[in-house]
Amino acid sequence: MIKAILIFNNHGKPRLSKFYEHYTEDTEQQIIRETFHLVSKRDENICNFLEGGLLIGGSENKLIYRHYATLYFVFCVDSSESELGILDLIQVFVETLDKCFENVCELDLIFHMDKVHNILAEMVMGGMVLETNMSEIITQAEAHNKMEKSETFIFQCPRQDR
Amino acid sequence: MALKIVKGSIDRMFDKNLQDLVRGIRNHKEDEAKYISTCIDEIKQELKQDNIAVKANAVCKLTYLQMLGYDVSWAAFNIVEVMSSSKFTYKRIGYLAASQCFHEGTDVIMLTTNQIRKDLSSPNQYDTGVALTGLSCFVTPDLARDLANDIMTLMSHTKPYIRKKAVLIMYKVFLKYPESLRPAFPRLKEKLEDPDPGVQSAAVNVICELARRNPKNYLSLAPLFFKLMTSSTNNWVLIKIIKLFGALTPLEPRLGKKLIEPLTNLIHSTSAMSLLYECVNTVIAVLISLSSGMPNHSASIQLCVQKLRILIEDSDQNLKYLGLLAMSKILKTHPKSVQSHKDLILQCLDDKDESIRLRALDLLYGMVSKKNLMEIVKKLMLHVDKAEGTTYRDELLTKIIDICSQSNYQYITNFEWYISILVELTRLEGTRHGHLIASQMLDVAIRVKAIRGFAVAQMATLLDNAHLLTGNTQRNGICEVLYAAAWICGEFSEHLEDPMQTLEAMLRPKVATLPGHIQAVYVQNAAKLFATVLQKHEGETDSQAAQETSQLLIDRLPLFVQSANLEVQERASCILQLVKYIQKLQQKNVEVAEEVTALFAGELNPVAPKAQKKVPIPEGLDLDAWINEPPSESESEDEKPKVVFAKEEPKHYRSRHTEVDEKELARRREVRKQEQANNPFYIKASPSSQKVYDAPGVEHIPVVQIDLSVPLKVPGMPMSDQYLKLEEERRQKEKAERKKKEKKKKREKRGKGRKADSGPESEEDITPAHQVDIVTEEMPENALPSDDDDKDPNDPHKALDIDLDKPLADSEKLPVRTHRPEVLKSPAEDRDSKSVPQETKKKSSKEKKEKKKDKEKDRKQIKPTVHWFPVQKSSKHKKKKQKKEKEEKEKKKKKRHHHHHHHGDAGGEDSVQNGTVEEEEPLPPMSNYSLLAENSYIKMVYDIQGNHQDESKVVVSVIFENKSDSFLKSMEFNVLDSLNSKLQRPEGAGPHDGLTVPFQLPPGVSNEARFVFSVQSIVMPQKLKGTLTFIVKSDESSTHEKLDFKLHFTCTSYLITTPCYSDAYAKLLESGDLKGSSLRLEGINMPFHHLLARICFHHHFSVVERIDSCASMYSRSIQGHHVCLLVKTSDQTVSIDAKCDEPSLLGNVLDEIKQTFSKC
Repeated sequence: MIKAILIFNNHGKPRLSKFYEHYTEDTEQQIIRETFHLVSKRDENICNFLEGGLLIGGSENKLIYRHYATLYFVFCVDSSESELGILDLIQVFVETLDKCFENVCELDLIFHMDKVHNILAEMVMGGMVLETNMSEIITQAEAHNKMEKSETFIFQCPRQDR
Repeated sequence: MALKIVKGSIDRMFDKNLQDLVRGIRNHKEDEAKYISTCIDEIKQELKQDNIAVKANAVCKLTYLQMLGYDVSWAAFNIVEVMSSSKFTYKRIGYLAASQCFHEGTDVIMLTTNQIRKDLSSPNQYDTGVALTGLSCFVTPDLARDLANDIMTLMSHTKPYIRKKAVLIMYKVFLKYPESLRPAFPRLKEKLEDPDPGVQSAAVNVICELARRNPKNYLSLAPLFFKLMTSSTNNWVLIKIIKLFGALTPLEPRLGKKLIEPLTNLIHSTSAMSLLYECVNTVIAVLISLSSGMPNHSASIQLCVQKLRILIEDSDQNLKYLGLLAMSKILKTHPKSVQSHKDLILQCLDDKDESIRLRALDLLYGMVSKKNLMEIVKKLMLHVDKAEGTTYRDELLTKIIDICSQSNYQYITNFEWYISILVELTRLEGTRHGHLIASQMLDVAIRVKAIRGFAVAQMATLLDNAHLLTGNTQRNGICEVLYAAAWICGEFSEHLEDPMQTLEAMLRPKVATLPGHIQAVYVQNAAKLFATVLQKHEGETDSQAAQETSQLLIDRLPLFVQSANLEVQERASCILQLVKYIQKLQQKNVEVAEEVTALFAGELNPVAPKAQKKVPIPEGLDLDAWINEPPSESESEDEKPKVVFAKEEPKHYRSRHTEVDEKELARRREVRKQEQANNPFYIKASPSSQKVYDAPGVEHIPVVQIDLSVPLKVPGMPMSDQYLKLEEERRQKEKAERKKKEKKKKREKRGKGRKADSGPESEEDITPAHQVDIVTEEMPENALPSDDDDKDPNDPHKALDIDLDKPLADSEKLPVRTHRPEVLKSPAEDRDSKSVPQETKKKSSKEKKEKKKDKEKDRKQIKPTVHWFPVQKSSKHKKKKQKKEKEEKEKKKKKRHHHHHHHGDAGGEDSVQNGTVEEEEPLPPMSNYSLLAENSYIKMVYDIQGNHQDESKVVVSVIFENKSDSFLKSMEFNVLDSLNSKLQRPEGAGPHDGLTVPFQLPPGVSNEARFVFSVQSIVMPQKLKGTLTFIVKSDESSTHEKLDFKLHFTCTSYLITTPCYSDAYAKLLESGDLKGSSLRLEGINMPFHHLLARICFHHHFSVVERIDSCASMYSRSIQGHHVCLLVKTSDQTVSIDAKCDEPSLLGNVLDEIKQTFSKC
C-alpha cells in the first residue's frame, strides 16, 4: 500500500499532497516538513530509499523518492510494495506529467494542482497502484479533458448569445 | 431569469479562479496568512451563491488551501453540493475536495450515500470513475455496507476502466465492512483471469494485500497464482505475485519446492532489476522455510548470494542498499554463505550513504566469529572516531555492544579487551547510550568472575577521573557509567588496590551535581568501601587510620543528607548515623570491622528478567480463590478491589465508624507540625535551612582538580588495541605449541576438548585468554518456555481473517437496497424489512460465529489438507461429522501441545467470548425502530445511535412512510432545541429553522433520513418536541399539513456497542472506579440467550463472556463511560448487577432495560 504521495520543491513548499490515510491538516503539514527535512539533507547519488519518519508509520514504512530539478517526488509505502517498482512508478508519473503539460516544470504543478491530482488518480487509487501503463493513463486523462471541454462549450453558450 | 444568468456570469468574471489565487499568494509573500484569510472570506461569499459554477470554483480553491494546511472542513456541506452537480467538471472538483478532506468523522458523509450510488450507476463511465476514485479515499463502514453491492455489480461492468477501479476499491470496502469479503470473493477471484491486463493486475493487487495479512486463507489460490506467474509478462503483476508467494511459503513448504525452479529461471532470464530482486527475496523466503527439511539447496543459495553481490557492487546506490537488505535475510539461515563476502560488507561501512552504512552494520552483527570479533570491532571503533553525526555514532555504539554481547558473549575470548572497549566508549561525548554501556559493565563484572579484579581497577580509574565524564551533566548521558563504576567498586571492593583513594573519589563534593539515582549508588557503595577500608586497617591494627576514615565519612556525608533526592537523603542519613556510632565504638577501641563487613556480606546473583513470569503455577493452586472470605459490603469500594460484583445474598455486616470529629483532627494536625519542626531531615519552606550546603570540613580537604577541557587519554586507562596485538601473539604462540604437541602425540586423537558451540570457522583453535566462566542468569527450577507474540488486537486486518473456501450461506448475501413500499404495507412485516442495518448486524454475529468456527477448523486443518490442490467442497452434513472428529482430534492435540495454544479458546468449551451469542434457537425478529408519530398521511419511526467519532453527537434515523394516496413533498423537520440537545443545522441557518428532508414521497413509499443532534450531558434521558411540516399534493389540490412529535432520547441511545476482551474487562472492574447498582426481573420466561441478545440489541451491549446461565456484558457511552453488567438467571428470575463510572447514567440504563423486558 502507498500511504502518501508528496511533491514539494527544494525549499519544502508543498506542490501536491495526497494522503491515503486520514491525518489532521496540522499533522499533514508536520509530515511534509519532516519528510522534507529527511529527504533534503541527502546528497545526490545516494540511495533513494530511507526509513520513514516518525510521524508517518515509523520503521514499518519506507520513503522512496526521486529528485528532479527543483522538485522532490516522495512516495511513502509499506513493505508490500517493491522498492524498485515504486521508483519506476515515479518515473512513469513524471513522464506522464511531461506529456500532459508538454515539458512540465514546477510552474505547471503550482498553477494546476487539480490537474496533477486528476492524472495521479488514474495511476494510484486509494493507496493502491491502478495503472502503470503510461499510454493508458494519458488516454484517460485526455478523455477527461475532452469531457470537460465539451461541458464548458455548452456552458458558455448562453454567454455567447448575450 | 435571463437577467439572473447574466448577473451570475458577470459575478463570475470578477471571481478569482485557482490560478489567480495561487498568483495572489505568490505576490503576497510577506503577508501570506493575511491574504489567504481575505481569500477565505471571499470563498465563503462565493459558497453562499446559488450558481454551481461559482461554488465549484470556490471548492477548487479550498482544495489548494487544504494542501497548504488550512482546515476546510467547514465547507464540507458545500463540497457535497458540488459533488452532486450534474456536470462532470464540477463533480470531479467536488470529489477531489472530498477525497482530500473527508474522513470517518465527517458528518455530512451520511448525506452522500444516495448521491454516490447514483454516480456509480451513471451511464457515463467517467462519472462512475470519479465517484470510485473519490470513494476510495473516504469510504466509511456505513458507506461500505450500503454500497458494497453496487460496487460488486461494477466489478462486472462492460468497461475495463470501471472494472479495474471497482476491483481495487473492494479492498477498502473489505477493510471497513468485513462481512462483504466472503460474498464478493468468488467474483474477485474470477477477475484474476480477466481479459484486460489492468483489471487482472488490480485483482492481483487486492488479493495480495489481503493475503499478506492472513496468508493461510489464500493458500488454495496458489495454483492459480502459479499459473499466472508462469504466463504473465507484466512485471508489476509478477512482482506482486512473487511477493505473495514469499508470504505463503512459510505456511506450505511443498509450495516452496515447486517455486524454486521457475524462480531461478526468472532470475536467470529477467533483465528487470526490480523483478530480479523480488525473485531473490522470495527464493530466500523459500529457502528459509525449507531450511529445516532439506538442506540441499546450496546451488540456489549460491545463485542468490552471487546475484546479490552483483547488486552490492553496482554503482547504483539503490541496488547496493537492497542487496545488503536481502543479504541480511540470508544471513539468518545461511551465515556461512554470507561470511565469505565480509570484505565487501566492510567496504560498505565506508560508503558515503548513511542508510547503506547502517545496513552493512546490521550484516556485521551476524558475521562475527571468535576469530574476527576483535578485528571487526576495531574497525568499528575507527568509524566511531570518524563519525560526526551523533545519530550514526550512537548507532555504531549500540551495534558494537550488540555484536559483542550477542548470544551470551559467545564470541568474546578476552574480557579484559571487552572491558577496555567499554571504557573507551565512555569517552564519547554527548551519547545517549550511557546506560547501555553501564549495564554492560555491570553484566560483565557480575557474570564473569575472573574479570572482576581487572574491571574494578578500571572502574576505580573511571571514578577517579569522573570529572571528564560529567563535563555537562544536563545533557550528557555518559555519566550513567559512573553508576556502574560506583557499584562495581563498592560490591567487589576486595579487589581494589587502594580502596581509600576510591572512597575519597566517591565522596568529592562534585558528586552532588550528578543525577540523584547515581548519587544514591555512590552513597551506598561508599559504605561498602568503608567496610573494606576498616577491615584493612584493623587487619594492620592501624586504628589511627581507621578513625580517620570514619571522620572522612562524617565530614562528607552531610552534603548528601541535604540532597533534594529522597533516596540519597535517606541512605546518607542512615549511613551517617551508622558511621557516627562506629566512631564512638572506635574511640573505645572496639574492633568493629567484622560486624560492619557483615552488613554487606553475601553475593548478589544475576536473575533473569523474566524469571518470575516463568514460574509455573503449581497444581492445585488457584490464584483467584479467596484466601479469606470476601469482606462484607459495608466497606468502601477501594478496600476490596477484588470483589467484582456485589454478592447476591445479603450478609450481616458490622458497620465501622471511621468518622473523626473536627477537634480530633485539629489536634492531630498540631502534633504533626510539632514532629516536623523537630525533624532535622524535614525540608521546610524557609530558604535558610537549605543554605547549610558548605558544611565545615569539606573545604579543608584538598581536592586536586585536573581541569581538562579536552578528554585526553588518561594514564592507566587501557587501550583496547594493545589487546589485539597481544591476542595475535598469544594465538601464534598457542598454535606453535599445539603443533609441537601434535608432533609429539601424532597418533593421539585430536580435538579432545572441542567445544560444541564453536563458530562457523575453525574456532576450536582459539581458546579464551583466561578461563572464563559466564554465570548464567538464574531461572526458577521449573521455568516454562514461553513466547509472547500476541497479535495487535486493534489491527483492522484481523477482521478479514475469514475462510474463503467455504460455500456461501444465504445469510451472507450482501445487503441489497430494496424498494421498501411493497414490503412496508403491513405493520407486522415492516419490522423486519425496515431495519436493514439491524439485519446485517444479526448476520454479522452469525458470521462471526462461523468465522470463529472456521478459525478453529483452520488451526486443525493445517496439517491434513493438501493446500496445493483446491480443497474439495463437502456437503454441510459431512462437515458436521468432520467437525466432531476434528474437535476430538483437537482436544487430544490440545493436551499434547498445551503450551502452544496460549491464545486459543482458553475459556473452555462452553464459554462464549467477545460479543457473540451462541445460537441455540432462532431469535425472534427484533427492531429498534419505535414509533415517533403518525397521522393519516404519514408515519414516522425512529432510532437513535451514538457516533463513534464524536463524543457529543448522536444520529437520529427517521423512516418516513407515506400512508396516503397523495404525493408528499417539501417536508421540513424541526425540533425545539433544549439547552442540552440541539439539532445540527447547516452553517448559516438560524436556531429555529427546520431541516428540509432531502426527498419526496410518492404514495405508499417510505424512505429514511438522518439527523445529527449534539448533546452535552448524556446521563439523563430527554425528550424534545418537534414538528414535521409537509405539503400533500393530490391531483386537484395541495394542502399544508403538520405533525407534532416527541423525540425520546433514552440513555441507551448514548451507548455504543463496543467489544471488550475479558482481561481488559477484569482490569476495568478491578480498578475500583466504578459504582455499582443492581436490578431484579421476575417472571422472565425466555431462553437465556434470547435475553442476552435482547440486551445486546436494544441496549447496545456486547457479551464479554458467558458461562452457563451467567454472562458478563459491556458497553461504552459516546463520552467514554464504561458500563458493565453481570447477568444471572435462575428459573424466571433474572438479576443484573451493574457497574458504571456514572451512577445516574447507570440508573437510567437499568430502568430502560427493565422497561424493555416489562413489554414482553
